[in-house]
Amino acid sequence: MTNFLEVKNLTMRFGGLTAVDSLSFKVEHGTIHGLIGPNGAGKTTTFNMISGFYTPTEGQVLLRGEDISGLHMHEVARRGVVRTFQHSTLFAELTVLENALVGTHMPFRPNIFAAIIGWDKEDRHGAEARAKEALEFFGLDGLLDEKAGDLSHGHQRALGMAVAYASHPDVILLDEPFTGMNPEETRQMMDLMERLKADGITILIVEHDMQAIMGLCDNITCMSFGKFLAEGGPTEIRNHPAVIEAYLGGARHVA
Amino acid sequence: MPKFMIWIAALAALIALPHGLSFSQQEILVFLTINVLLVASYRLLTLTGEWSLGHVVIMGVGAYTSALLTKKFGVFVPVSMLMGGVAAALIAVLLSFPLFRMKGFYFLIGSFAAGEIIRLLWKRFRDPFGGAKGIKGIDPMPDFSIGFYQFDFFEPTSYYYFAGFIVIICLWILWRIEKSPVGLTFHAVHWQDKLAQASGVNVRAYRTLAFAIASGFAGISGALLAHYVGTINPNAFDIDLMVFVLTWAIVGGTATFYGPILGCVVLTVINEIVLRELGLEQMRPLIYGAIMILSILFLPNGLESLVQKATQKRAGNGAAQRSPAE
Repeated sequence: MTNFLEVKNLTMRFGGLTAVDSLSFKVEHGTIHGLIGPNGAGKTTTFNMISGFYTPTEGQVLLRGEDISGLHMHEVARRGVVRTFQHSTLFAELTVLENALVGTHMPFRPNIFAAIIGWDKEDRHGAEARAKEALEFFGLDGLLDEKAGDLSHGHQRALGMAVAYASHPDVILLDEPFTGMNPEETRQMMDLMERLKADGITILIVEHDMQAIMGLCDNITCMSFGKFLAEGGPTEIRNHPAVIEAYLGGARHVA
Repeated sequence: MPKFMIWIAALAALIALPHGLSFSQQEILVFLTINVLLVASYRLLTLTGEWSLGHVVIMGVGAYTSALLTKKFGVFVPVSMLMGGVAAALIAVLLSFPLFRMKGFYFLIGSFAAGEIIRLLWKRFRDPFGGAKGIKGIDPMPDFSIGFYQFDFFEPTSYYYFAGFIVIICLWILWRIEKSPVGLTFHAVHWQDKLAQASGVNVRAYRTLAFAIASGFAGISGALLAHYVGTINPNAFDIDLMVFVLTWAIVGGTATFYGPILGCVVLTVINEIVLRELGLEQMRPLIYGAIMILSILFLPNGLESLVQKATQKRAGNGAAQRSPAE
């Protein structure tokens, strides 16, 4: 049986620097998978290679057995792997509803000729219904006409996920979703992720916040200095000597 | 229904307009109509965040194509105008391959260079393009009658009605595109191309699409110009006119559909009516420069921001009003 999402010997070199060194791991369908490691471990680089933002120097990213490494970001997205961004990357000038409508680009592909003549009414209604559904899922349905840039930090984060969710993804890649959140917001965000999982969506998270990761993930891959370090469930990782050493050992910076 | 009445009244005013003007003012009105299409098509390109300096040359591509098709192959004039637009769009698609490797300022300069290359080709190759003297004696639009009105295309009023009809259709199409999901995607590409890509948008394709559509309509405006004036040459499409287009767009504002059109109309009226009456038309670049600096300083969101304010006040105590974002 082919694996759902598999990273095989993934390597990224920037000039002489090897940011990620033949990393391999597998993500099971329908799980929440965490990717952790101290600062500079190459987590975000790995993430960028999976989402098509970078082309790996070596190695492969396999989705249901198909090699998707080196594809453009929109081509990766069209295969069902949708990412979010660090910080609050949104269409700040557009309204909340319009943001979510951009997210429905894939299920409801716009057609310019139909749009001019007015034959795309069904598609427009469908896209709007899907966008509203996604916003309701994340509790943003009361803010449809607000500008995305005017939202609070927590709402902006939720909107970022709603834009991704609106496109009916199979996998959502979340890049540090808990950064800059207070414990209450973190807890709400964790609830939302559990609900995404219950919806059948596979989630891969890159994160610093250990508490959130430990409480949320089914499987965790830990990396350090670009290399695979350990893999397992939360308890396993928490007690893994190599992980403890990477985070706490020596004079190294604690994430 | 009152909105519908406003449109009818506006249309009636546009039909009545040339009858209150002198012959030379009627001619200016024709140029204004053509320029409205030019600047409105330019706005579609700016939707994706790119500002080009080659737009006027692309307009020239439409003019040359339409002129040559009628002269060499005897193509019926309205058909050749459409072909002019198609040719301009195709040239834009070709240009997009080198140009869309660049962004922002580099795209601006790249588009200028590409435009100059096309212009120099017109000058260099005398055989089809007529060299620096350009093409003379372009077939005019053939006269025809629609029963109650006789179109005589040596009369500027007739050409104004004809061009106005075409321009209104083109503006309607541009408007439909902007208000469609395609238009929303253009905005998305402008504000966050990475996030748009992550949502499955082929950013490169959408930028090319906007460039091609904008160029196509610019080509149609060029063809309208060619068959009105009857003669075109490479210098008619040089950077001077491009600077005017930029000024119209900046003074009018590019946040709304009507902003650049407003800029074009107001500045043309100031220029042709007021300055000409005062005998100051020689100072046009100076005064245009001053207007541009003043509007950037005191009206950074363009003339459209005045209209927005006025209509918001009239909307009055309706639903919760939000102040426009700074």
